[in-house]
Amino acid sequence: MVPTQYYLILSAILFGLGVVAFVFRRNIITIFMSIELMLNAVNLSFVAFSQSMPANHPHKLDGQLFVLFVIVVAAAEAAVGLGIIILTARNRQSLNVERVDLLKL
Amino acid sequence: MAQYGFWVLTFIKIALLLVIVLTVNAYLTWFERKVVAHMQSRIGPHRVGPHGLLQPAADGLKFLFKEDAMPAGVDKFVYLLAPFLALTLSLASLAVIPFGPKPLPFPFFGHQIDLWITNPDIGLLILFAVTALGVYGVALAGWASNSKYPLLGGLRSSAQMVSYELALTMSVVGVVLMANTFSLTQIIEAQSGRTVWGILPAWNVISFHGGFPQIVGFLCFFIAAIAETNRVPFDLPEAESELVAGFHTEYSSFKFAMFFIAEYTSMITVSALCTILFFGGWNSLFPDSWTFTHYLPGIILLPFGLWVIYDGLKYETIWGRLVLPVIGTGLTIIGALLLAGAWFAPLHEANEFIQAPFWLLSKIFFFLFFYVWTRGTLPRFRYDQLMNIGWKLLLPVSIANVIVTAGFVLLRSKP
Amino acid sequence: MSAPLVIFFILAALAVIGAVSLILQKHPIHSALSLIVVMVALAGLYLLMGSEFVAAVQIIVYGGAIMVLFVFVIMLLNAGEEERTDFSKLAKFGGLPLALALTGLLAATMTKHGASIPNPETAGVLAPTRDLSKLLFTTFVYPFELTSFLILVAIIGALVLAQREKS
Repeated sequence: MVPTQYYLILSAILFGLGVVAFVFRRNIITIFMSIELMLNAVNLSFVAFSQSMPANHPHKLDGQLFVLFVIVVAAAEAAVGLGIIILTARNRQSLNVERVDLLKL
Repeated sequence: MAQYGFWVLTFIKIALLLVIVLTVNAYLTWFERKVVAHMQSRIGPHRVGPHGLLQPAADGLKFLFKEDAMPAGVDKFVYLLAPFLALTLSLASLAVIPFGPKPLPFPFFGHQIDLWITNPDIGLLILFAVTALGVYGVALAGWASNSKYPLLGGLRSSAQMVSYELALTMSVVGVVLMANTFSLTQIIEAQSGRTVWGILPAWNVISFHGGFPQIVGFLCFFIAAIAETNRVPFDLPEAESELVAGFHTEYSSFKFAMFFIAEYTSMITVSALCTILFFGGWNSLFPDSWTFTHYLPGIILLPFGLWVIYDGLKYETIWGRLVLPVIGTGLTIIGALLLAGAWFAPLHEANEFIQAPFWLLSKIFFFLFFYVWTRGTLPRFRYDQLMNIGWKLLLPVSIANVIVTAGFVLLRSKP
Repeated sequence: MSAPLVIFFILAALAVIGAVSLILQKHPIHSALSLIVVMVALAGLYLLMGSEFVAAVQIIVYGGAIMVLFVFVIMLLNAGEEERTDFSKLAKFGGLPLALALTGLLAATMTKHGASIPNPETAGVLAPTRDLSKLLFTTFVYPFELTSFLILVAIIGALVLAQREKS
């Protein structure tokens, strides 16, 4: 049996690694991927809490349902975000986030 | 020992299934070449072995001995990963396909031997998960080849696969609504009755049994599946006259063979899914009370074996005159044994056991023939026509199918 | 060392290696492949926890659609390797320790107080899809319809962004 605590520690480590990737990478697409990593870490802790509840608790499955909603929102965000990234990259000819620092080209 | 028995049994089943599926793949290429040739009024391979039966072996040897060139400037890791991914994923989807309802009559160290590798409650979802991941093999192959034709072919191919995946999954929702489960064995069992007229089988494609006949669902599924496996008429991204060879241009010898095997294996998986979801799986075409139809395997095998003997005896090469009668004799003996089940009890049990896999395999064979038939007959679609069909025709039709089926299931359910 | 614990450590190690590889790889396509490895490892962890539907949805939607979108965009934009620029001194000597401190703080909180979170009573209790869907369409029907509206808005947004300029 795996204690719930281990899942939560793993979720914390993945979230921290996502933050490190977000802060230190230059490529816009990699930064976007680190956001997805952070969302996945949070999903893991949702499911960990959901399975830690006793079996006939009325809110036992809420964590898993919330994971479905998080996945849907992440999908919508990825679609629009990648569209914006394509346009920005086309306008500025670079995928480096440090070049996207002026409101006007 | 008993606890390891389960793992040993699973490994043996996996190894056996891999050997069988790879052989079936090889002979599927032979079958395709022969059938397309006969449709085009020519003979097809007939030199390598009697009736060209050793042609797949010759092709395999050719693939092994070709030069394994790796183009300059490719990303080595992704270049080597792509065919491996494609092959692994399409072989992995065979793990959830059930081949028969009853386990073998003898146990293996205390574990019963079911005719499937695993039977999870979400078997259908696992098949879709593997199909969804299969896009990567194509996309990464196109990208890693460091050349513009494969890149374009890979992009087009993966865009096509992603688009038709939606129609594929939507057209199956009707079946899931009718059977109320994702498990493949339970979907087959839900189609095991008879319809009102008492003679027609209660398959999902024609029965009002649980909901609404899934004819539209079946057509959407089959068309989307042909597009998903990149076969004619949807094979523009890999057609020879269009983009050189699409995403697998820069792959040679064994890596190209891996893509080839992946394509044919996903054809087999999709045909198996068609029969399981829409055509009743292992349920017989005839009612269960007509027990004389249980001798159908024997009735088919015995004359076929005799014909193979006759054809072999007047074949042109010596090698054919030796081998074909032996094969024919083997088939005749098996057919005779199955028919003799009418008089001997243990053979009768063997005959009964073979019924379910026989029906499943013959329906899969029929769908594979249909695949090859469309390949020999239809011209291919242009890319924008292809995308139009996927998004503007199949997706709305399959969504409408879901709505109508849901309405019928609701009307028929007891409150 | 029971079998679930061993599987947990293998999958957890796979997820952490994938995440570290996401940070360290130079080319975005390798980062994308590492993220796919993380997602498949997380799907395995969901299966270990007994939620099979969430695992399947994770692979189908996240691994099979969202990451495919990322890979497409990287291929379309022909993203190359990142240029090597030096970080400022503050970022190098202040940033990494602070980020690791954040991770350490979260992990330490989980370690210290996490033991009070109850463990499940029975191993491998599966959540049937039927119960999930019943909940989704009764209690959570309002968020469900809202997310479908959100997807519609996202589709329209993506279409508008992809339009060519009429000039």
